[in-house]
Parts: sequence; structure tokens; C-alpha cells
Amino acid sequence: MAEAPPLLSVRDLRAGYGPSEALHGVALDVREGELVTLLGRNGAGKTTTLRAIIGLMKGRTGSIRIDGTETIRLAPERIARLGVAYCPEERGIFASLSVAENLVLPPVLRPGGLSTEEVYRLFPRLDERRASQGTKLSGGEQQMLAIARILRTGARILLLDEPTEGLAPVIVDQIGDIIADLKRRGLTILLVEQNFDFAARLADRLYVVENGRVAACFTAEEARADPARVQSLLSV
Amino acid sequence: MGARILGLRPSGAILLAFLAAALVAPFVVYPVFLMKVMCFALFACAFNLLIGYVGLLAFGHAMFFGGSAYVTGYVLKSWGWTPELAILAGVAVSALLGLVMGALSIGRQGIYFAMITLALAQMFFFFCVQAPFTGGENGITAIPRGRLFGLLDLSNDLALYYVVLAITGAAVLLLYRTVHSPFGQVLKGIRDNEARAVSLGYDVVRFKLLAFVLSAALAGLAGSLKAVALQLATLVDVSWTTSGEVILMTLIGGIGTVVGPIIGALVIVTMQNYLTGFAEWVIAIQGAIFFVTVLLFRRGIAGEVERFFRRRAAARADTRRLSTTAEITDTTV
Amino acid sequence: MFDIPIQAIFGQLLLGSINGAFYALLSLGLAIIFGLLHVVNFAHGAQYALGAFAAYLLLTYAGIPYWGALVIAPVIVGALGIVFERLFLRRLYEVDGIYQLLLTFSLALIIEGTLRALFGSSGIPYNNPLPGGVNLGFMFLPYYRGWVVVLSLALCLATWLIIEKTRLGSYLRAATERPDLVRTFGINVPLMITLTYGWGVALAALAGVLAAPIYQVSPGMGANLLIIVFAVVVIGGMGSLAGAVIAGFGLGIVEGLTKLVYPTASSMVIFVVMVVVLLVKPAGIFGREAR
Repeated sequence: MAEAPPLLSVRDLRAGYGPSEALHGVALDVREGELVTLLGRNGAGKTTTLRAIIGLMKGRTGSIRIDGTETIRLAPERIARLGVAYCPEERGIFASLSVAENLVLPPVLRPGGLSTEEVYRLFPRLDERRASQGTKLSGGEQQMLAIARILRTGARILLLDEPTEGLAPVIVDQIGDIIADLKRRGLTILLVEQNFDFAARLADRLYVVENGRVAACFTAEEARADPARVQSLLSV
Repeated sequence: MGARILGLRPSGAILLAFLAAALVAPFVVYPVFLMKVMCFALFACAFNLLIGYVGLLAFGHAMFFGGSAYVTGYVLKSWGWTPELAILAGVAVSALLGLVMGALSIGRQGIYFAMITLALAQMFFFFCVQAPFTGGENGITAIPRGRLFGLLDLSNDLALYYVVLAITGAAVLLLYRTVHSPFGQVLKGIRDNEARAVSLGYDVVRFKLLAFVLSAALAGLAGSLKAVALQLATLVDVSWTTSGEVILMTLIGGIGTVVGPIIGALVIVTMQNYLTGFAEWVIAIQGAIFFVTVLLFRRGIAGEVERFFRRRAAARADTRRLSTTAEITDTTV
Repeated sequence: MFDIPIQAIFGQLLLGSINGAFYALLSLGLAIIFGLLHVVNFAHGAQYALGAFAAYLLLTYAGIPYWGALVIAPVIVGALGIVFERLFLRRLYEVDGIYQLLLTFSLALIIEGTLRALFGSSGIPYNNPLPGGVNLGFMFLPYYRGWVVVLSLALCLATWLIIEKTRLGSYLRAATERPDLVRTFGINVPLMITLTYGWGVALAALAGVLAAPIYQVSPGMGANLLIIVFAVVVIGGMGSLAGAVIAGFGLGIVEGLTKLVYPTASSMVIFVVMVVVLLVKPAGIFGREAR
């Protein structure tokens, strides 16, 4: 079925840290409004892929097209202005800023983002702790803050790196609900996850990344129909 | 690993070549100039121990160089000591100063260490400005060279030359052996990954302090010898400009190489000699050379030469490996 | 025991505050640059001297008086700082930090050396734009010196406000912690770094203009001052801007009071305090990190 070109399109992406190459030709697509998950073992290259897309990997080669624009040579601040937001694995909450300052730090780059009040309504826990120092929050609250602050920017593509890592199941569910809500609002999401169940529940499609390449691709139905097959690709 | 020439590492062979050249040099070049080069070469080698092998940028080494020069000059001129005792006195004072400065600064990392050593050295500078025995703005002049062990008259330039050569040669040999000893390996381990060295159980602070005191003592030895050879000890010797100069010498020659500091000292002292016509511009010119070296030429002369030979050896090893692999695949069907 | 007239005490307090004002301004500039760039700007003293020379040259060759120089000199020297950062310093960010330090040190040598070659080593006088003063009874307050202290305090306060209370300041503080992440928010961190260096340098140059009528204009005026400022920074602790300002003024006053009691030690007292701090609280009085 012919449709609009993918909002995010990666071809033959190679990138590395210093002399060692971590990505050996990653290729993937994310269409507008889709939620796509990257699954894979530790060290497979999932985080590196996200970092390359947002422009943090120096010397990356290949092609990364965002809404038609080639971004392989662009600096991170230029890529962000195309409507991409990044939520890193370590969350990156700033200790020298309060919760409120952390929340409004990323500037509004495009129209269509949530207003500050809308964000506080979506994340009531953050509203309560507005004046606290950013790093005084619990792990779950910091994760919510990390997601919340990029919702104001007007970004259409969200890159989320392991948002549920190290969090209690109750919080994991809450975050799952929030991500599902964001998908309903029409945002395009590329999600990196180790938790297969969490990913399968939310994703339209799943990629399995292995040794710096995409090893397999499943639709949500395929993954739900034969989860064992996907799991086997992920196990050690 | 690495090729050997006559059973020596390349750096050892080069040092031997320098020694051979130094033995005949005073018949071709003015001996006092050569002695100045040797003193600064030793100074730079002492400094290099810290930056090249421990990873500490010491910005106040003039304190040891100049302090020792003052002590040696003073006891030679005012107390009439023999030169070997005067030099020993200078070295002892430097080692002590090194212990004090080291104890205060070793705990801090990188840039803090540089700033603290600079500030402490400046404090010493102010002390020297006011202390009566340093002779203030004039310094200690016309230092008598005396008789070595009461026997050898050092006012003969050639005689003094070979004495200085022997002493600096022995000191450089000491540094060379230290760097290649187990102690030196631990220092390099600390430089490369201090956290790991700590986890392996090494008393990192003690190792660093020991290296610092050794560096200070040898810098002091260089200063003492300079006081005897050039018969002068001034405030310039304890100023930050001298601390900066030894850094430049080591950088140009090659930080972390054995031979580099010697080459760097030779280059800078020779250059200063030729620039006496441009006296006002010396600082600016040295600064410009420093600037360009830091930007483009960080490995220094010896470092670039090392890199060239290492690349050649690696390329040769690669071709050998590839041809071996080809042979193996040829024999499989 | 302290048989010292009250006039002398306040006189030294004033002198100490003036020295302290320069220590504070320069420590603040160093701290701003260090916070974001993680570079100790060894050229800071030379850039301070350059500011003083710019004021002198503006007056002598362009007829621009002190009040114009107060604005123009920092702009010129700050712009030169921006060029230096953009073209040269930036190339060393990927390499070991000592090379950035050495590059700024060599820049200091170039600046001071060139000034020495062109103008000689002795000081050039610069006329006091605010002659006269007021007699307060317990001391005589020269107008210009009062101006220096007031302006320095105002600049330090303004800088602190910008960094702690504005949006731009929050970008700066965040970029100090995680520059890469801040870039992914669409903020041009490299540009911010360049402008921050320029700002720190401009602050140093402004201090130079302030200093010209008091200390005269000489090529070496920056070097000795900078080393004392390093001691101030070690005492105050590099992490804190407020700490830099407080330590600067405080140590200036300590130095001034020492002159009353024990004159020969006054040039060394700040270093002595540094030694004590290193023994008791190595991170500095207001310092944050453990080492």
C-alpha cells in the first residue's frame, strides 16, 4: 500500500567510539505516528543508534533522513530543530536546576507541543515537586521529568532510550500508559527497550538489533503470535 | 617489543650517541654554552619525569632550579665551601622543598595541581625577593667555582665541562633506569588509569610524592650546576618565566620521551643565544613557538620521530601478516 | 596592643577592598570560563593588561577618554578572545586538558611579549578620570577608588544574577553539567562556549581599564596579579562563582590589613592562606568537588 515516505529513514548507518566501530550498517524506517521499538541485547548498538540519529556520534556515515532532510552531517542542535527530541538512558536531570527549571529548560522549537500546564496535568507528581532540586527525585519521577520536558518543545519524533530501566513495575505501567497516550496524540516514537513485554504491548513494529545491525523485523501481530521466536533472538 | 640497536633500546642508543658527541663537543663549541645546555637538559628531563610518566603538569619547577642555584651560589661565595658539597647542599634543599610542595599539591588533580605549584613557586619567589642572602635584584654574582674535592680547579672551563658532563650523564642515566624500572611502570600505570592503580592496591600518593621529590632534586641539581658553570644565580631562575621555559623545552623535544627534553633544551638554549639581537621580542617569539607547537606539533621532535618509526614497523608487520595468511588460505582446498 | 590610628585601618581597608575588587573580578572571569569550558585561562592576566593598554591607546590615538574606553576596550579584547577560542582553542577540546592550558599560557606570553617589545617594561601613567575625594572623618575616600569598588561589586552581582536567575543562565549551568544533552534540546552549545569565553575575557579587560589610573599601564601588570588570583581561586574553590567573589574581596582585605601589622609578609599572606586551606580543606572554602 503506497503511503507517505517514512518520517525517519536510516540507511547503512555506521558509527563508533574512537577506533572501534559499533554500528555496521543499520537500516530502519519509522512512519509518522508509528511507535517502533529497537530490541536487543546489551551492547547490540541500540543506544548508539539513537545517539547517531540525534547527532551525538561523531564521524557517523550512511544516511539518516528526517522528514526528507538528510541529517548525517548536521550538528545535534540543528537536528533537534527538525523536530526530534532525545531522552537518554541516564535521564540527564540537571543537579544545579530545580524540577521546574529542568522542565522548562528545553526551548520550544516548533508549534504543536504541550503547554507547561498541560505537562503538569499529565505528570501531577512533578507538579507537586516543582521547587525540589532535580536530582532529589526518585528514579521513576526523574524518568517522568526526562520525558515531560521534551513534550513542550513541539518535537514530533521522540527517541526514548530504555525509559523503564530500573523502575518498579507500578511505575513501569504508568510510563507505559503515558507513552501510549503520546502515541494517541500522534507523536512518532522510536523506543529502545530490553523489556520485550513492555515493548510488544506498545509497538507497531519491532526491530531486533544485533552486533550493530538490524537482524530481524516484526510487526506487532507477528511478535504477539510467536513471542518465543522473538525472545530466542534476544536471549544470550 | 621494539627493535634494539646493539642490544639497547633506541632511546638508549641515542643517549649513547649524545654522550659520544658531548665528549668531543667542547673542542668545537664554547664549553660554557654547552654546560648551559646540559643544565637545562637535565632540568627538562627532571620536569619530564612528572609530566611524561606520572601525568602531572608542574608549573613551579623554577623553585627547585633557582632555589638550588641560590643555595649553591651562596655557600660557594660566602661560606667558601668546595663545589661538591655546595652542589649537594643545593640538591638537599631542593629535595626538601620538593617534599613540602609535593605534600601540599599531590592530592589535587590536573589543573589544580598546576595552579597550586605555580602559586607556591611564586610565594617562594617573593621570599627570594626579600631574603637578604639572595642579593635581591642583582642576585648572587661572580660565584667562585672552587676546587672539586679541594683538588681539581674548576675555573678551567674544560675541566668543569667534563665534570658537569659526568654528573648530568649520571643523572640522566638514573632517570633512564628509573623510567624503565618496576617503579617507572607503576608510575605509568598511575598516569594511564589512576583509579585502577588504586584498586590494585598501590599507595598512589606515595608513588607520586616519591616521583615529585626525585624530580625536584634533579631540577635542583641542574640549578646547582648552572650556578657553578655560569657563576650566577638571579631572581629570573626562580620566576614563573623559567618554569614556563622548561615546559616549552620539554614540549618541543617530546613529552614522555627519554631523549626529547635534551633535544628541546638544545633547541631553546641555542635559539635564545641567536636571539640576543632581538632581546625585547624574545618572550613574544618563544610564546609564538610555544603556541604553534601546542596546536600542531604536540608530540615534539622525539615524539614525531618515534611515531614515524612505529608506523613503519606496524606497516611492515601488517604486510608480513597478510602474506602469511595468504599462504595459509592457499594451502586449503 | 594595636597602636594603629583608625585612619590607617580604614585606609588599608579601602586599599584592600580595591585590590580585592580586582582579585574578585579576575577570579569571577576565570570561574566563568572554567565552569563551561573546563579550561584554566592562563591568558587572563595578559587579557587584563591588554584591556589597560587598549584604554591607553584609545586615549592617545583616538582621543577616546576613560568612559568610552570602559565600554570599547572590553568589546575589542573580548572580540579577540572570541577569535582565539573559535580558531585555536576549540581545536584542543578533544585532546588532554593540559594542552588547552598550555595554549592559553603561550597566548599570554605572546601578548605580554608583544606589549613589552612595543612599549617597554616600565609603567605608562593614565590619568585619573575622577580626581579628588571626600573626607568621611574616619578616612579620606578618593572618588575613583570608591568608583572601582562600587562598579566591581555591581558587575559581580550582575554576573551572578544572570547566571543564577535567567533562562540564559540556566542554559549555561545545564551545559556545564551535560553539554551534549543540552545540544539535543536545540541549544547551540558551541556558540555559547565561544561567547562565554569572550565574556570572561571582556571582564578581564574591563578590570584592566579600571586598573589603569591606579596601577599604571605596564606589560607585566597581569602576570603577577594572575598568579595571586590562582591562589584566590584555590582558596575559594573553583566550582562556585559567589565563592570566587567573596574570596577575592576577602583576601584583598586580609592582605591590606596585614600591611598594617606585618608589612613584609603582606605580599605572601595570600599564599600562606592558600597553604592553610590546602591542609585543612583542599577543595577550597566554597569548593564542591572532593578533589
